[in-house]
Amino acid sequence: MLNRLIPHPLLSLTLLLVWIGLVNKFTLGNLILGAAFGLVIPMLTAPYWPNRPRLARPFKIAEYIAIVLWDIVVANVQVAMIILFRKEPEIRSHWIKVPLKLTSAEAITVLAGTITMTPGTVSATLAADASAILVHCLHTDDPDAVRDEIKSRYESRLLEIFP
Amino acid sequence: MSFLAELLIALALVVSGIFGFVGSYGLIKLKGSLQRLHAPTKATTLGVGGVLIASMIFFAAKTGTLSVHELLITLFLFLTAPITANFIAKTYMARNMRRSELPENEAGSGWSVYDDPPGRGDETGVR
Repeated sequence: MLNRLIPHPLLSLTLLLVWIGLVNKFTLGNLILGAAFGLVIPMLTAPYWPNRPRLARPFKIAEYIAIVLWDIVVANVQVAMIILFRKEPEIRSHWIKVPLKLTSAEAITVLAGTITMTPGTVSATLAADASAILVHCLHTDDPDAVRDEIKSRYESRLLEIFP
Repeated sequence: MSFLAELLIALALVVSGIFGFVGSYGLIKLKGSLQRLHAPTKATTLGVGGVLIASMIFFAAKTGTLSVHELLITLFLFLTAPITANFIAKTYMARNMRRSELPENEAGSGWSVYDDPPGRGDETGVR
């Protein structure tokens, strides 16, 4: 019964929090309206969620978010340095192929988004069978090191979060 | 408003201005669409982030309430920026690049810009 009423508890909670954030005022009326959205929207969109991602280890998620936020700040400074102080012919861009161990679509989406937001890399495309991700790197002297860092810093943590 | 709050707001605005400028300058300086893609996806994140932090401190100092709109803007920005970059990269690859210019994926099938997923098409007999 509860499963039918709240098919996607995390989505419901997210909708409630985003609603309260959008109105930017915490009142009982907003709480009830947000809860109503949290109940109705997952029910209407349930057919589009064939597999619910299972999340494990909430502390790992918090750690991952903190690491990514820090890396975004570092990435901004690094890319700014490359843009400002490197002469154009010295910028060596590389295509980097990162083989994936992740299998769930949600985990790969998070990884691709993370790669785009962090140091000098943009995720360009995925292999058709999702066995590897193709990354474009703005400037590096050692493409293998970039690949290993993506695997050890982000993918290994996502493997623990999405078991 | 206290001097400390004003100082922090000014600092955040200056930092965001610098990064916003560098991101835009990168669009001119870098060569080729794929290199240019790096400038707006990163340098501007901190540019927008600085303005949002300044806005949060301003409203916290002025009205004494915490404003969460800025956090939501950050959330939506982080959700949409990688997708936009990915779309631009894919469009560029499909229009301007040959598959021989990309590294080969020996272990699995080809890149999804050029190849269908394995099994798709075979099952229906249409290729």
